[in-house]
Amino acid sequence: MYDRAMPISRDQVVHVGRLARLGLTDAEIDRLTVQLSDILDHFEALAAVDTDGIEPTAHPLPLHNVMRTDSVAPSLARDDALSNAPEVEDGLIRVRAVLE
Amino acid sequence: MSELWELTAHEAQDGLRAKEFSAVELTESVLARVDAVEDRVNAYITRTDEVAREQAREADARFAAGTATPLTGIPFAVKDLIVTKGVRTTAGSRMLGDFVPPYDSHVYEQLKRAGAVMVGKANMDEFAMGSSTEHSAYGATRNPWDTDRVPGGSSGGSAAAVAAGECIASLGSDTGGSIRQPAALCGVVGLDPTYGRVSRFGIIAFGSSLDQVGPIGRDVEDVATILDGIGSHDPRDSTSDPAPRPDMRHYLGRDVAGKKIGVPREYFVEGMEDGVRMRIDEALRRLESLGCEIDTDLSLPMTEHALAVYYLIAPSEASSNLARYDGVKYGLSERGGSMWENMEQTREQGFGDEVKRRIMLGVYALSAGYYDQFYLKAQKVRTLITNEFREAFTRYDALVTPTTPGVAFPVGDKLDDPYAMYLNDIYTLPSAVAGLPALSLPCGLSEGLPVGLQIIGDVGAEGTILQIGHAFERALDEANRLAPL
Repeated sequence: MYDRAMPISRDQVVHVGRLARLGLTDAEIDRLTVQLSDILDHFEALAAVDTDGIEPTAHPLPLHNVMRTDSVAPSLARDDALSNAPEVEDGLIRVRAVLE
Repeated sequence: MSELWELTAHEAQDGLRAKEFSAVELTESVLARVDAVEDRVNAYITRTDEVAREQAREADARFAAGTATPLTGIPFAVKDLIVTKGVRTTAGSRMLGDFVPPYDSHVYEQLKRAGAVMVGKANMDEFAMGSSTEHSAYGATRNPWDTDRVPGGSSGGSAAAVAAGECIASLGSDTGGSIRQPAALCGVVGLDPTYGRVSRFGIIAFGSSLDQVGPIGRDVEDVATILDGIGSHDPRDSTSDPAPRPDMRHYLGRDVAGKKIGVPREYFVEGMEDGVRMRIDEALRRLESLGCEIDTDLSLPMTEHALAVYYLIAPSEASSNLARYDGVKYGLSERGGSMWENMEQTREQGFGDEVKRRIMLGVYALSAGYYDQFYLKAQKVRTLITNEFREAFTRYDALVTPTTPGVAFPVGDKLDDPYAMYLNDIYTLPSAVAGLPALSLPCGLSEGLPVGLQIIGDVGAEGTILQIGHAFERALDEANRLAPL
């Protein structure tokens, strides 16, 4: 259970910001610590709702594993698919080295 | 009638079919109206005048050839998260400032097939996250009823354009109220269809288990007609419901006597403006005079938890959906450092404050140690909210509530208080969480600003809520009341 006074700490905001790759500035981290704490504080009442034996809803429709036939059909042309890529080489998207 | 841009879509259809004017003339009238008021409203991110003129000429050819549909020649605004081949689609974000989609969304394909005309891409809160259209990287949209006030959001551009005469009708999207809340604040009609009713193929994703495209128009008949035009089953969206679609216009004009309407007391709480309460009370009496059976002795106690459930589930889904914006495949790409540095720079530069806030909230709710406490708990309470509605619809044909607790608020009023902004969606969130269809339509003014009446239906019961809304609108005799701009 979180601490009611400050549900989310500055360190947690830094950690979550890193997970989300948001490149947050110090000022953003300070502001988000206060704002997220305020928002989460308002959600506290949820903890009191009795949900014993209740299944979670991931999705409002009773549809599962919709399959199509595995048939060949036209798809997006390569040039069109690459038309918004920032850097293209030999019909491929060029990326930075993942391993240095 | 003085100007063509003042017509509803069905009135415009009558004129086009009777050859009183051409689709080109109708489109030129709308484009001239955009020229006249757009600097005060900012309803559009991208204007598509030349696309509109070309489509209007094609529409006239279809009228001549006898192949026109009920949407042929009708000038539309299209929310800028609906991808349009060859036309820049930004989702209101700097991240997609130069994104020109190489394909069409299902709904835009349907509009084109029907012969409709696209006037432009409508302004919106970035990635549909917001309730005021102030969170747009392309400047805030203003409410045509009072340009010092917000139009609501996130489909604020789509609603303001309809109210200001900058189009005849529009498409928006609703995740937690993003069609209904701006429709209410701008005095127009908006419908959030049942989840799965309209294909999400080509809709830039926010909360995938909640997002739904829907129509905004000047009266209920227009909204019904547009839903018929865009709502076909689409195998490219695995959540597109394959059930047959009844013709919505078939429900219009039918008697509503004997319809059982529940009025849940949890929607009439502290914080609701007196003016809104008065208009809703009048609306209930009007529905009663039409023969509806109004029951105000209804309690839906889970209602109070919908806001927390929504603001945990939608940001969680958003944090996953928006992980795709990494500067690699498309969109903004900051380059010059290592791979991780570039990714962080791209996301720091590309996303606005509200989007970052929601991603943070979502990643936190999904993170190790908090998943059970927040995300899983919210999903379970979502089940309870859905069950409560399901039980209510065994006794009622529809539920009636206000759409928002207040009228349009001043620009900047809630910008520094995220939670106060979230509270504006308090009446539109519960049905969204349950995937139910809901209509917002004007029910009069308070302090000179529009008040919205919300009619919530059971799964797949768009026809019933349109039927009730249409009867109400006729009795009120205030359909197609344009903003005094």
